[in-house]
This record gives sequence, C-alpha cells and structure tokens, in this order.
Amino acid sequence: MGNTVIDIQGVSKIYASARGPVHAIDNFSMKVDEGDFVAIVGPSGCGKTTLLWGLTGLHPFSGGTALMLGEPVGKPRRDIGIIFQQSNLLPWRNLIQNITFPLEIMKEPLSQYRERIQELIDGVELSGFENHYPRELSGGMQQRASIVRALSFDPKILLMDEPFGALDAYTRDEMDTLLLGIWKKTKKTIAFVTHRIEEAVYLANTVYVMTPRPGTNSEVFQIDLPRPRPEGITMEDRYFKIVAEIKRKIVLDVEKQKEDGTYKSQAYSTVT
Amino acid sequence: MAKEHADRYQKQLEDEIPDFESHEHERHGQLDISATVSAVEIHGWQQILGIIAVAVIVIGGWELGVRVFKVPEFVFPAPSAIARALVVNMPTVYEHFFITLGELLAGYVIGASIGLVLAAVLTQAPFLEKIITPYILLLITTPTIALVPLLMLRMGFTIWPRIVAVALASGPMVMINSVTGFRRTDLAKIALAKSYGASTFQIFSKIRFPLALPMINVGLLVGAIFGLITAVASDMIGGKMGLGNRIAYYSSLARMASFFAVILLVSLIGISIWIIMAAVGKRWASWEE
Repeated sequence: MGNTVIDIQGVSKIYASARGPVHAIDNFSMKVDEGDFVAIVGPSGCGKTTLLWGLTGLHPFSGGTALMLGEPVGKPRRDIGIIFQQSNLLPWRNLIQNITFPLEIMKEPLSQYRERIQELIDGVELSGFENHYPRELSGGMQQRASIVRALSFDPKILLMDEPFGALDAYTRDEMDTLLLGIWKKTKKTIAFVTHRIEEAVYLANTVYVMTPRPGTNSEVFQIDLPRPRPEGITMEDRYFKIVAEIKRKIVLDVEKQKEDGTYKSQAYSTVT
Repeated sequence: MAKEHADRYQKQLEDEIPDFESHEHERHGQLDISATVSAVEIHGWQQILGIIAVAVIVIGGWELGVRVFKVPEFVFPAPSAIARALVVNMPTVYEHFFITLGELLAGYVIGASIGLVLAAVLTQAPFLEKIITPYILLLITTPTIALVPLLMLRMGFTIWPRIVAVALASGPMVMINSVTGFRRTDLAKIALAKSYGASTFQIFSKIRFPLALPMINVGLLVGAIFGLITAVASDMIGGKMGLGNRIAYYSSLARMASFFAVILLVSLIGISIWIIMAAVGKRWASWEE
C-alpha cells in the first residue's frame, strides 16, 4: 500500500466520428495505490470504458498525462491484465488454450505456468472443463475463464470493463463475491468500470464518479464498509446509504447539465 | 503492405469511436455457401438405414422398370448393366481415371495455393485489392472451359492445358471465398491480442486466419468442384485421354452402360472431394456452428 501505481492527471479523449469530433473525456484525474480496488461509475456514455481503454495504451488519450507503474501509458505491457465487457474467448480454442493464449503471444514457456494456471482454474471452479469450447460454457463460466486468462501471466494491475454486465443478476452477484476472493488472494490492484453503483460500492475501496459526457471528475467516495465484506452487507442500511448518496450525485450531475443545455442524451452510437 | 495494414488497424483503433463488442458472424460474402459443407451429418443407424433404403428402392425400381418395359440398353441401361460395364471396362478406364484425377490434383494444388496466398496478401492491402478484384471477377464469370481450345493450341493435346484450366477455374473460387473470410475482422479479438503485445504476424496467424478458416474451407470445396467440372470438360475438348474423353467416346458409340459407368467414376471423385472437405471443416472450422 501507499505506492501509486495508476496516476492519471487531466486526461482527455476526443474521437473522430462521422458527425464531427466527440469529446468523450475531459480533464479527468485519478490516483490508485498498489493493492487498491477502485471503481469508476457514471451515467451511460460518460467515457468510463474509454478511460480504461486509454489506460491499456490501445486507444491513447488525446491529452493529459497517464502513468502506469510510473511509466507513461503507451505500448501494451505485460504487467496489466484486461478483462472486457464480453469474455472475448476465441471460439476455435478450448478453455485451457484460451487461458494460455496470452502466454503464447508473449512466447512464455507454458510449463512454468502450468501449476499456477491449474490453481487459478480450480479457484474459479472451472476444473474439469479444460477441454470444453467456449460455446459449451455458460456466460458466467466464460467470464470466469477470461478472468483466469487475464491472471495467467501474473499482471500487477487488472483493468476491468463492466466484466459482468452481460450476465444475469444472480450470476453477477456470485461473480462479484468471487472477484473479491481473487483480489484478496492475489493482492492485485484493480480498476473496475461499471454502471451499477451497487456493484461498485460492494467491491471497491474508492468509487470515482464521472459526470455525463464529456466525462470529468464529479466526486470521489471512500467506501467505509468493513473488509472483508460481511455476508449480507448488501442488505444493510449503511450499504444502501452509500449507494443512494452516489446515485443522488449522478442524478444531480445529469440535471445540472440538462439545465445548462450541455447534456447529450444516451451513449453515443458506435461508428465502424 | 504489412505496414500499411498495421497502420490501418491502428487508425481504426485510435481515431474512431471503437466498438467494444465482439462481432463474430459479420460479413459473409455473396458466395457464402457454407451450408454445403455442413448440410449432411449422419446421426444414428436409423438415418443410415433410411439412406440405404432409398438407394435400394431407387436402384431396384430402376432395374425392375428397365426389365419389365424391356428398355434397350442404348436408350437407358439397367444398374446391373452399368455395374457389368464398370467391371469389364476397368482395365482400360482406370488409366483415364488417374489422368483426370492427376489433372484435378495438380491444377487444384496450384490454383488453390495461389488463390489462398493472393487472398491473404490482398486483404492486407485494400487499395491493391480494389484493383485486382475486377480481374478475379472476370476469371470467375468467364467459364474457364472457353479458354481450353486456345490453351491446347499452345500446349498441345497434353495434360498441361488441362492442369492450367483447372488451376484457373479453382484458384479464383478459393480466393474470393478466402477474401470474404479474411475480411471478417473482429476488432475486439484483435484488441485482445494487441493488449498482450501481439505482432502483426501473430494477429494474422492466431486471430485473422482461424477466423477466416470456415470461409476458406467453403472456398476450397467450391474450388475443387469447379476444378472437377473443368477437368472433365477439358478432357472432352481434345486429346484422347481422361474421363471426359471416355464419356464423349462411349456416348458417340451409344454404349450407354459404359457411359454411365464413367459418370459413376466422376461422381466418385466429386463425392470424395465433399467428404474430404467436410472432414477438414469438422476438424478445423467447426467452432462456428
């Protein structure tokens, strides 16, 4: 703890689109310490996903400075693991081949990782499914596999982009608890983007709220709930209070923009 | 070219609002006949029994009909007569069988390899692709068989003009389908590989090529069938060899039983092609179903 591993200062991102430039993020700053669990929330289209992609170096920011582990964000690097909205497993590879895919790209000797990977697979209760193809697995299993894939090469930081957004509510809650278990065991630094405030409050130490587009800092909430999260915490008043507080803030941000006439409704459509 | 390609993807990844979701089943071309590779799959003894029963009824009915109505052999031979002709003619026909098979294999290997490589290279260079595509379409829409007389004039009544014709017929088919396959870029999967620091070659070999495989499989099947058609037709045009030549020969003598026996051999090649391609598809490209 104490060591800042993600340090972004006033970053912005402008996309080109058929209907002129889209200002997705404007002057957003965030600091994440080693071993911390940070969630980023905000209304649809506020640039949460863009922020995370900026950190991966795949879609560089247009302005501002972003440091990951003390180095400017740029090339993809192997101390960062990314977990996408969709599991994004390769359908022509079975589970274990999908999990070892990053190591294969990095030309790492698989034998050195075998034991570690088996442990991870056991940890997410996927043992016995190693030879199954993605289409034979449920959505939750696919997403668990993608978590193991991201952990396979032992990155220091996990960037997660609404990883459980495509799952049903029950599976999602299960996955949240599972993720907390993984976090506790592996001590990774996690930056987690979600639109579900409940999820953010349950998971994170710190919740960053973004304003509607262009996304900028709205407020930072320190989540003052005990660790490890007690069972049934999501049904307690102190939990609801924090959730409500954050929700209120987001609603206020949207209303303020509406009054100013700067609000752009809904997420921007994707241009391909 | 590889550089330009990499830049193109980089541009797509940087400048436009990215589509963060995965689209696997996009962009099939107009020549998508992938159903042909996966249409028939045999499950259980009932189905096998059914297929055999139909064969027995059709062949038996045919035999019975020919015998009852005393249809002369030169009009329509009975299955038994065809089978007899097959056995009797085998010593002379098998040479022709292997000649046609040789034309097909040689021409196909040459044509399909060129088609596949061209597809892989051209899809990396969009400008080049736009220039070449009309010529490929010209090759596809012009029946290659029309060129065979010219080829024979230049190369003689040997096996060579036929090999060239088969290559010209199968290559573009393999190419156009493979192009469709290589165009199926899944940006989310490419981004995934990139996030691990994948090189352009790794992205090609580990993402784009496997993604294209189902369409390549279709192209290989269609190319082989077009190759077979062209091989047999070339045989008919000139030179005294090949199954096509035998078909023309027996029909000119009204030896219909022998004629049908040769057709049977041609079908045998065609069915083998289908079985091989279906097996290849099952092994390498079945993830898509």
